[in-house]
Amino acid sequence: MWEAADAPTITKEQIQAAMDQRFSPEIRQKLANARVGIAGLGGLGSHIAVMLARTGVGTLHLVDFDVVDLTNLNRQQYFLPQLGQEKTKALCDLLRQINPYLTLLPQTVRVTEENAGELFRDDPILCEAFDQPEQKAMLVSTVLEQCPDTVVISGSGMAGYGSANDIHSRKAARRLYLCGDETTDLAPFRGLMAPRVSVCAGHQANLVVRLILGEETP
Amino acid sequence: MTVTVNGETKTGCANVLEQLTQMGFDPKRVAVEKNGEIVPRAQYEATPLEKGDKLEVVRFVGGG
Repeated sequence: MWEAADAPTITKEQIQAAMDQRFSPEIRQKLANARVGIAGLGGLGSHIAVMLARTGVGTLHLVDFDVVDLTNLNRQQYFLPQLGQEKTKALCDLLRQINPYLTLLPQTVRVTEENAGELFRDDPILCEAFDQPEQKAMLVSTVLEQCPDTVVISGSGMAGYGSANDIHSRKAARRLYLCGDETTDLAPFRGLMAPRVSVCAGHQANLVVRLILGEETP
Repeated sequence: MTVTVNGETKTGCANVLEQLTQMGFDPKRVAVEKNGEIVPRAQYEATPLEKGDKLEVVRFVGGG
């Protein structure tokens, strides 16, 4: 495993200067001031987190109860040496290799109807990145009900290897955006593959960036 | 009595739960907004529908 100690020491200012070669300092600052929650660190959540870390989103609240399993590696950001590790820890290790100056708030906990409101109340933007439809519905409903200042970006429909062009983003309710094809459910021998789940994660991460920078249309 | 569900005019049921069931939605796999406000999951049956109400029913499918 690549160790952080192997890396040349890069300062926060060097990372900022590198970012400023691509976008203005004002944009970098808005992203750095932002906080985003990610519920579920699987195929969607792990990719969303990596993209937001690269983009310089300053605070990432990362929630998952699970550990890295061999069946995850066909689509999630993890690596073989991380098998058996809590996903929160495994993902934080990866994100720190991208940018060690981000604020990471990992929580290893199972999200339920009872704790969801409390867990995500302080996240102005929450990415729903669960696997099971009942869990998705529970989280979205509970957060919209109990967290009046939170906008939710949910992933729904990205299984299989259908056309990537069927995956879209839309505003589905007052504080809810939906990304996915909205139809392709999990089924026997129609699981998830890295390309399509990454397309959906890209939609969610791009919407996060747009909302942070004041663009409210999907 | 008619209501609007996801932009389409439908015959209205007595409450949100009946409307979901009648239209084939699994209440455990949706989030529901009525006239711009989220309907709490425990309140589907206790939320009556009136003429002209607007429902947005967001259906979730698996995978993530």
